[in-house]
Amino acid sequence: MKQKIQLSCQTSALAELRRFLEQQLEPTSLSERDRHQVTLAVEEVCANLIIHSHKCNGRDHIFLSMNDLPDRIVFEIEDQGEAFNLLQYEAPDIQRVISEKRKGGLGIILVKKIMDEIQFESHQGTNTCRLIKFFQS
Amino acid sequence: MLTIDTQIENTHHILTPSGEIDASNSVQLDESIRHLSESGAKSILVDGTQIDYISSAGLGVFMSYLEDFQEKGVSLKIFGLKPRVYEVFQILGLDQLISIFPDKESALAQ
Repeated sequence: MKQKIQLSCQTSALAELRRFLEQQLEPTSLSERDRHQVTLAVEEVCANLIIHSHKCNGRDHIFLSMNDLPDRIVFEIEDQGEAFNLLQYEAPDIQRVISEKRKGGLGIILVKKIMDEIQFESHQGTNTCRLIKFFQS
Repeated sequence: MLTIDTQIENTHHILTPSGEIDASNSVQLDESIRHLSESGAKSILVDGTQIDYISSAGLGVFMSYLEDFQEKGVSLKIFGLKPRVYEVFQILGLDQLISIFPDKESALAQ
């Protein structure tokens, strides 16, 4: 079943996003540990869009849908901001994060480590980032 | 929602964040650590028992102090993280870079 939420592009919407995911993920086949990690990965992508693509403009929105399928969960995050293709972004290594004292960059590493598949497409001004987690057989 | 409590025990400054740390409030954690560092703290212990969630924004705050603290001889230790929160540190390998202890006693003993 597909569940949807619309988020205003403000970091205060992240708590609302977590409550939505907690509720939707609870009945799925994911373990408590995976539910926590998947929530984190989805939040990292949304936080990135809110902060970098939409500069925290509360009038902009991003749309998240979650589709619970027999063998996997698919999250689709849609926005109409500046396209940010996660797949083309080279995540920094941890040592560089430390030496440059940068507070960003870790989120992308987390998303890539937690999710099984990441897809990105941009079509007529709408960007779609798809995050997929397979259930362990 | 995040609240941060600070206490001094002997020569140790104990910082207790309670709640969820994300991009909306990680600046509070940053300010609390910076304040302790600027006031000359040499031993900062983060009580992680009340942290329910941490995203990369919060992890980045700890990371950003690692080099400075090493140069200044400031000790930063985290203790009592819930397993699901500790796992996030592990995913990034931060458990190898930051001193993390199961509880306060073991953090103070080293």
